[in-house]
Amino acid sequence: MAPPSKRRPGFSRRAQYGVFIGYVIAIAGCLVAALLLAIAIIDPRGFQTLRSMAADVTAPISNAGRSIAGFFSGIGDTVGNYWNAAGQNAELRQQLEEAQRELNSRRALEYENRRLLALLGLAQQADDEVTSARITSSSFQSPRRLATLAAGSGSGVTPGMPVRNADGLIGRVLEGGRWASRVLLVTDGASNVPVRLVRDGTPALAVGRGDGTIELRTLEVGQNPFRRGDILVTSGAGGLFPPNIPVATVIGHEGERAIARPIADPARLDFAIVQRIYQPAAGEDGDLNTARPVAPAAPVPALPPQQGQPQTPSPGRQSNPRYQPALQQQAPAQNTAAAR
Amino acid sequence: MSRIAGSETEVVIGDLRRRYVPLTSTIFAMLLGLLPIVASSLWVPNLAFLILLTWRLVRPEIWQAQVALGFGLLADLIVPGAPLGQSMLLWTMIFLGLDYADYLFGARDYWLDWTLATAAILFHSAGVWYIALLMGAKVSIIIMIPQLVLSILAYPLMARIVLRLDRWRLSR
Repeated sequence: MAPPSKRRPGFSRRAQYGVFIGYVIAIAGCLVAALLLAIAIIDPRGFQTLRSMAADVTAPISNAGRSIAGFFSGIGDTVGNYWNAAGQNAELRQQLEEAQRELNSRRALEYENRRLLALLGLAQQADDEVTSARITSSSFQSPRRLATLAAGSGSGVTPGMPVRNADGLIGRVLEGGRWASRVLLVTDGASNVPVRLVRDGTPALAVGRGDGTIELRTLEVGQNPFRRGDILVTSGAGGLFPPNIPVATVIGHEGERAIARPIADPARLDFAIVQRIYQPAAGEDGDLNTARPVAPAAPVPALPPQQGQPQTPSPGRQSNPRYQPALQQQAPAQNTAAAR
Repeated sequence: MSRIAGSETEVVIGDLRRRYVPLTSTIFAMLLGLLPIVASSLWVPNLAFLILLTWRLVRPEIWQAQVALGFGLLADLIVPGAPLGQSMLLWTMIFLGLDYADYLFGARDYWLDWTLATAAILFHSAGVWYIALLMGAKVSIIIMIPQLVLSILAYPLMARIVLRLDRWRLSR
């Protein structure tokens, strides 16, 4: 059946004008939409109030859905736990013992760490966690990789803050409402994270590819130092992301480029920690929370020798020194693990 | 199926159903975009766009092109990931294009519907990708392909869902 024509809805002049005005509105609307897009491209923060309001309004829907989904998956877990109780008990006991042993050695390391820091004259920075909240939803229908975090300016979250979980870096806050904010994941095409290779400290840039992987770009041309299984951590260069948060594992090469997968698996993101924006030289602006060296410290000699220009943040410019010695102890250990 | 309405209330309910089922189903599909799913790669079809497109193809007379502006604005605000104006622009352009196609072809059959839907989905995916590129997300167009293929294959399913809704909408 031929649909009734919308172009000539009969002989009524009034109806014909109605159709004409409809087209005028549609075309004018297209132009307005193009203008809005142009504004969004030139100034992505342009409609922040409107967008963050929308995020606030829609956040409860995702939150409710989240708890329902959690409830149903929780039932399965609980039933399974009941059936496997005995085996699980033994397994957990064993894990606990192992964890206890590890904890003891960690305590010793931490003590040594503190002693060395005191030696270098660095003060411990105050806790840099702003808040922790759930990741509630993501832009799964769009080529962008954004997630919604159930915390906003009401909990002190402002755009630019790095977001991580216990495993590694998730991304950074893009725009924030009062109760919800949008997070730009590290796998998004617009996300650039300065990283370095844990093995030898080679600096690189981790750029998202939009399909759940990350492309690694070295700053030196012509060599590809990445091997399968290499771990990359944030370098802290340029500020924003604090150093030594695990970011990605190298999974292979595509031609000249090294491809990595984020360590914090986005599909099972649960709680995320929002941290303060990292400022490498923040001690100079009089901020009491940040560290200041008492005397200019010499570069730490424990780093393995490396060719090229290793990006070793000198301890004098570290505002958060807790991570630094841990890395230097980890680096040779991981080297040997890879060799084995 | 057909019977005389029993009361005034039934008439009012029937009228509401006839008017608002397309609108409500499209907005419901839009809200599905808020489900707590965190996907690392792109393959889920844009359900709101598919439902809207199917309503437009199945029932060309219920909506004029400017309706897509309102739906687009709502989608841009509700669904994370799109800059303001993206769906407004793309959806309205697609509606105008379909109006022109109706003018060209007159009557449409199922296969022509699917072909037009395919063309619209291709245009939409390319547009979304290009806008993401302009917004600074330098992603390869290859990542759009799974979603594109699934959307095109999902059209017959969507057509059945919408036809069933339509039959319920017009039933008495």
